[in-house]
Amino acid sequence: MCDTCGCSTEGGAVLRKPGQSDYHLHVNEHENAHGEHHSHEHGDHHHEGSGRKVVLEQDVLQKNNLLAERNRGYFEARKIFALNFLSSPGSGKTSLLEKIIPALQQRFPVAVIEGDQQTTNDADRIQALGVPVIQINTGSGCHLDALMVNRAMKELEMQNNSLLCIENVGNLVCPALFDLGEALKVVIISVTEGDDKPLKYPTMFHEADICILNKIDLLPYVEFDAAKCRENAMRVNHHLEWFELSAKTGEGLAALREWLEGKMAQH
Amino acid sequence: MHEMSIALSIVEAVEERARQEGAGWVSEIELLVGKLAGIEPESLKFCFSAAAAGTLAARALLAIEEPEGVGECGECGMTFPVNFYYAECPACRSLRVKIISGEEFLIQSMTIEEEEE
Repeated sequence: MCDTCGCSTEGGAVLRKPGQSDYHLHVNEHENAHGEHHSHEHGDHHHEGSGRKVVLEQDVLQKNNLLAERNRGYFEARKIFALNFLSSPGSGKTSLLEKIIPALQQRFPVAVIEGDQQTTNDADRIQALGVPVIQINTGSGCHLDALMVNRAMKELEMQNNSLLCIENVGNLVCPALFDLGEALKVVIISVTEGDDKPLKYPTMFHEADICILNKIDLLPYVEFDAAKCRENAMRVNHHLEWFELSAKTGEGLAALREWLEGKMAQH
Repeated sequence: MHEMSIALSIVEAVEERARQEGAGWVSEIELLVGKLAGIEPESLKFCFSAAAAGTLAARALLAIEEPEGVGECGECGMTFPVNFYYAECPACRSLRVKIISGEEFLIQSMTIEEEEE
């Protein structure tokens, strides 16, 4: 049950805005369902005892994929360049955004959608930068889906020609399967994790377009082979664009920033 | 545990179509889940029983076919079985492998029964 309005939305996602404790919006799963429930009389093909086989040949994720394409169309029409940031919890997604957004904001408008199971902590941190931000709380959900992003983007005041950063729920497994309508997927790993992570979670690295190795300032203190990690990532996906940086010290950030600026210019 | 939300989308898709077809209930659902689709069939079956409770698909059997992964080498063109995304071409050792099968994730068909039991 929702602790704010008392309605029963077991496991449903909720949108929140930082600093507005009375603002919350439920993402209703059934809102986009167009299917009216007809009851047909099918007297003409009556089968005794045995059932009738109906062929569907339908992608299981079709509903999500169709909605993701609608999101993609919306972004395209408004020339919004959307990135889906994916990683395990604690690899530094929010810290990276905090560090890079102030520089990017000088060149073009930036907006952020934050995904977490609970709290508006991340959205609060991003709001301090003065960019439009909305928090999606997925409740028990382990990933963002296209419907949540669809609702969030309508609530977010985005300018045309913006960069939209969507920070997914910290999880290296489930979010890989759900297209949100983004232009590119960005996967982040940090040197405090294992350098075999791309091999352990290949689906995520296979789906990603960009891989960022974060916290390289800690390399002297941990047993992490950055070259080996890169090689592992490339084995899973040889198209990966690779960056090594420290969101804390700022080392390596310029390369990512220039690359993003280049993408925004082409976009 | 994305299998739960996936089980819910299967139930939703199946139920919508079953109602259109005027079904009394659904007795079987055939799924195609490629070995590289990122879905655990056992976990999906487990979640399905919870997701389907109280729907037309509550008593449906899940029949899951699991196509093997097949890769095609971007260098020499050879096709060969792959179990992982980080496959290597057995002929030329290239890592430029394109997955051509094994990522399928489809609801193939369902069997509907006309009468309520």
